[in-house]
Amino acid sequence: MAELSFEPVRVEREVETISRPSLSYWQDAWIRLKANRRALISLYIVIGLLLFTVFGPFVWTVDPAAQDLDQISAPPGADRSATVVDDYAVWRGVTVDVPAGGSPPAAELLAPGAVSVHGPAETRAVRLAWDPVSGAAAYRVYRNILDPEPDGALGLPIADVLDPAQVSFEDRLDLKPLTYYYSVVAMDALGNESRAYRTVGVEVTRVITAAEAVAKGLVEDGDTLQPGDTLNLAAHPLGTDYLGRDLLARLMHGARVSLFIGIVAPFAFVILGIVYGSAAGFVGGRFDQLLMRFADFVVALPFLLFMILLRILFGVGAGESGIYPMMVAMVLLSWPGAARLVRGQILQIREEGYIGASRLLGAKTNYLVLRHMIPNTMGVILVTLTFAVPSAIFTEAFLSFIGMGVAPPTPSWGSMCNEGLKTMLTTPHELIAPAAFISITVLAFNLLGDGLRDALDARMRSAE
Amino acid sequence: MVAYTVKRLLQGVITVWFIATATFFGMHAVPGDPLAADKEVPPEIWANLQARYGLDKPVPEQYVIYLSNMLKGDFGISYTQQNREVNDIIAEHFKVSATLGILAIVFAAFGGILWGALTALYRNRAPDIVIVFLVILGISVPSFVFAALGQLGVVNINNALGFTLFPVAGWGTVQHMIVPSMVLGLGTMAFLTRLMRSSMLEIANSDFIRTARSKGLPATRVFRKHQLRNAILPVVTVLGPSIAAITTGGFVVEMVFAIPGLGRYFVQAVQQLDYTVIMGTTVFYGAFLVFMVILVDLVYGLIDPRVRLE
Repeated sequence: MAELSFEPVRVEREVETISRPSLSYWQDAWIRLKANRRALISLYIVIGLLLFTVFGPFVWTVDPAAQDLDQISAPPGADRSATVVDDYAVWRGVTVDVPAGGSPPAAELLAPGAVSVHGPAETRAVRLAWDPVSGAAAYRVYRNILDPEPDGALGLPIADVLDPAQVSFEDRLDLKPLTYYYSVVAMDALGNESRAYRTVGVEVTRVITAAEAVAKGLVEDGDTLQPGDTLNLAAHPLGTDYLGRDLLARLMHGARVSLFIGIVAPFAFVILGIVYGSAAGFVGGRFDQLLMRFADFVVALPFLLFMILLRILFGVGAGESGIYPMMVAMVLLSWPGAARLVRGQILQIREEGYIGASRLLGAKTNYLVLRHMIPNTMGVILVTLTFAVPSAIFTEAFLSFIGMGVAPPTPSWGSMCNEGLKTMLTTPHELIAPAAFISITVLAFNLLGDGLRDALDARMRSAE
Repeated sequence: MVAYTVKRLLQGVITVWFIATATFFGMHAVPGDPLAADKEVPPEIWANLQARYGLDKPVPEQYVIYLSNMLKGDFGISYTQQNREVNDIIAEHFKVSATLGILAIVFAAFGGILWGALTALYRNRAPDIVIVFLVILGISVPSFVFAALGQLGVVNINNALGFTLFPVAGWGTVQHMIVPSMVLGLGTMAFLTRLMRSSMLEIANSDFIRTARSKGLPATRVFRKHQLRNAILPVVTVLGPSIAAITTGGFVVEMVFAIPGLGRYFVQAVQQLDYTVIMGTTVFYGAFLVFMVILVDLVYGLIDPRVRLE
């Protein structure tokens, strides 16, 4: 047999090769998180918010402290067109000859025959003239933004015209492009008003002069503007607040404060909690007892009251925003939760077989803690961190809301809500915008936390 | 049981002492002079004022006096309100806060249990989905937004009716109390609903429910007597922390609805740096919360005999 007349059988061991790469804990968690649609959407929202905060001010470069006095408390989408007019010219008013003679008592005075508007009614001036009332010693002009009928609600008295010969008035007081109702009442020599009044409704248009347009940076060159042209005032996508500040810019800058505190403070107290909890859990015994007793005391402190106390303690100097005192106070009061959790985990892990094996191979304590124990508690810590963010944002908002948080003019979502609340009934957008941002952020972090908890730790999985 | 109660109470006393000490030294570390006035004060008068408030003594002695006064239940005199004792302030305004808080917690507990049970009953069907969505919303919306919306709602209801059904602000009658306590309880109600739901679902899968079903009990009886009763227990455990959440949430509601409660008073005292009122209120609230948690734990031991109190 020179040659083999048979072929040796080759053993194919493909059955035993691992066809897929093995998954690490984090890869597995990521796959599970991706399967959770709610958590994934929340993750995108969180990333979007961070981008909004970090890059927003570079795209929308409006100064959050700049006041646009032409558009105070303007809701989003408000009409912002203005008509170009000539420069302001002084108006002498209308005078009549008044026959000499005594003035009858107020009850006998009639209403002016007619009230008319001289010239166009514009935001810079509304010029009124009325027919003289015989025997009147003076006139009083009222302005209301609602029709006085049927209640006779004349609004605010804006002027007393004390010369009976003068039957005109020029209103230049903070006019907005609205419909105003002016009422004129005659008065007797003693200053008592007649009960009769004459009302005129005036629709005011917004105007701007070429010089103002250049000064506000709306156009490059004032000479290109002709009277009668319309141009648009500065745009405010989310409207303006009660001082005419751009809400979008304020929200972006406020997000820097709110998210900075909301993310950095939890990081800081979780790290403090890890150090404290792992020390207590690893050393154990008396030391552990002592550390945990102290943590119990700190937990028992009424949180918000002590936040306020610590804020007073650290104080806020002139020109400071008060972000750091608030963060330090939050860290000092919030670490015990994370510390307890880490300690519990460490106590559990300490008894695991792989710790014993590592120790048998000669691992030092530091190595055990840093290489085995802390990485294995990372999942729980990450979940705690995610849930700590919404509560930190709430705390910041609460403190700013009661006026103990970020000092004005630094915007934060909480202080914006506080300001918006005051004008809630007339201009609700000032409250809605920051409140919506707080709610969306907190919602996103809560749902992301739920998703992470489900993905990272099967034992902690919720029943939902 | 008795030994446990005594032990918990002792721990509570130590905790309150810790809170009092932290508050005392915290307030004394605050920069500035509590007696500083807008006007220039002659040194003799200033010294008299210091003596009146005991501020001329060294800090350790002040601490001892403070603690012994507190043991006697005396928190001192207000700095900004002439001749008004902190005790009077607390006694007068805490009544209001407590009424508001009790109404809110009752509303939150009943609502939470009811909605939680409903979601579990209609699991994955329309009512469940709607309620769970509302719960997530309730957890994510800050309390001051609820308060603002509540007030807006009150205004609209009154306008629609043409008369004042619920006053927009103030305190005194039952109508004053309804809307603020509901607003205050909403956040906690959302949290309790969520807890109740997971507790109900967990119990639905337990052996004794299966046993009850298999021995032929009607579904309503299984639900009421076996599932619901057991599911309420975890809700009771979190009532203690919930009371804490409600008392602090009360600050905002009291501010928005102009209710003369202790929370609003505390915020005011902080803004005016009224040191004795701040210290007194903090210690009082701290003690209240500590003993509330103990009380809830003890009650829990009574209603669930399986829990061993040690």
